[in-house]
Amino acid sequence: MTSKFLKVTIERGAAAKNAQQVFDVPAHESQTVLDVVSWIQQCADPTLSYRYACRVGMCGSCAMMVNGVPRWTCRTHISKVLDGNAVTIGPLRNLPTIKDLVVDMDPFFDKWVAAEGMHHGGRTREHPIAPVDEKSAARIEASAGIECINCSICYAACDTVAGNPEYLGPAALLRAWTLLNDDKDEGRDAILAAVSGKGGCHNCHSMGSCTAYCPNELDPMSAIAGLKRETTKSFLGRVR
Amino acid sequence: MLSLRLYVLQRITALLMAPLVLGHLAMIIYATQGGLSAAEILGRTQGSVLWHLFYGTFVLAVSIHAAIGVRAVVHEWVGVKGVVLDVVMWATGLGLFALGARAVWAVTFA
Amino acid sequence: MNAAKGIVSRAHPLWLAYVLHRLSGIGLAVFLPFHFWVLAMAMTAPARLDAFLAMTGAGVVKLAEFGLVFLLAVHMFGGLRLMALEWLPWRPSQKSLAAGAAAASFLIASLFLLKAV
Repeated sequence: MTSKFLKVTIERGAAAKNAQQVFDVPAHESQTVLDVVSWIQQCADPTLSYRYACRVGMCGSCAMMVNGVPRWTCRTHISKVLDGNAVTIGPLRNLPTIKDLVVDMDPFFDKWVAAEGMHHGGRTREHPIAPVDEKSAARIEASAGIECINCSICYAACDTVAGNPEYLGPAALLRAWTLLNDDKDEGRDAILAAVSGKGGCHNCHSMGSCTAYCPNELDPMSAIAGLKRETTKSFLGRVR
Repeated sequence: MLSLRLYVLQRITALLMAPLVLGHLAMIIYATQGGLSAAEILGRTQGSVLWHLFYGTFVLAVSIHAAIGVRAVVHEWVGVKGVVLDVVMWATGLGLFALGARAVWAVTFA
Repeated sequence: MNAAKGIVSRAHPLWLAYVLHRLSGIGLAVFLPFHFWVLAMAMTAPARLDAFLAMTGAGVVKLAEFGLVFLLAVHMFGGLRLMALEWLPWRPSQKSLAAGAAAASFLIASLFLLKAV
């Protein structure tokens, strides 16, 4: 590191109306973006609000815009994102800001529900457990999809979400695709109907920002393509 | 904003147009050699049922395709929604079709 | 300015392919009515059509024509790329597909320009 101090600009949302505030933060080896934000809150300005929990990339609560790019701040080294010795940190895009770096995740999770992103069970305790073939193509898709940590980075990265508030977004649609491929889920018709609505998968333009920025290296864009295929097939099946 | 029906229509017209565009591009490169004239164009197309069908299909497909495309762009980048969005889509499609049909008619049968 | 900076900071190859597809689509949609209107002159005003066609030989117009052919080619190949990645269950490497589509479009447009001059 060239300088002993980092020039950190915080875009404080909501009440402060994105007022930019600059802090000098001591630089350290192996420092994450979250460490930097925490230092500001603990040592410079205790009124700064931000959100985190696990600090190891599991809980999905610490995502922020870092130099205009959505990132999980607990697993992002500051040295990787510094522009010279400066960095700009703001609240996640495409979600309403509550205060400073904290956004309201309600619209994000409401869309999970709207995409039928919940379990559709058909069996009772009397039934045997559904057999799962872990090598089947469908299970491989489902096993990848369940690694989503609901951090909303894909949602913040997506320009289609930005322009089309009804659009369910990559995370909710990836969830729908995961359930569609899960042998234990029996909600196929409900899921296909939910992702074919006004804000459904057909609004996606495959710009791929979801896949490019997913911190867990998941592929929502291809999942949405899968939904497009399945809904198109069932649509053409109905027409015939 | 884009329903399953519009999505399918958009893709079907796209698939239909892919060979038409290639034909049109080849035609452009061939026809523009040594300059263009009205007589040359008409000599090729006048009274030809084949050209009429080729460009007639093209105009119909492009009207549908462009109308749906404009719908997406106008909604996402301009913020138009609701009934106005439907009006914009239909006006684009019908307008393009009217102009296109008139042009095809002009160079084939008129 | 800030918004533009934000957009550029998130740019990546597939995103650029999306923007190119959208802009070429808008370009074509704007151009088509003029194209149809001029062609219909064959019926309404043949002399004006000939005067217009004579203009197409000029250098600046040639460049504009190159642009139009490029728009058409880039929109078609970009669209084929899109349908391939939506409907063929391919995995990654769509970046090369995007680059290939742009390259093929450029090739066709250049071919047109070379033939035309």
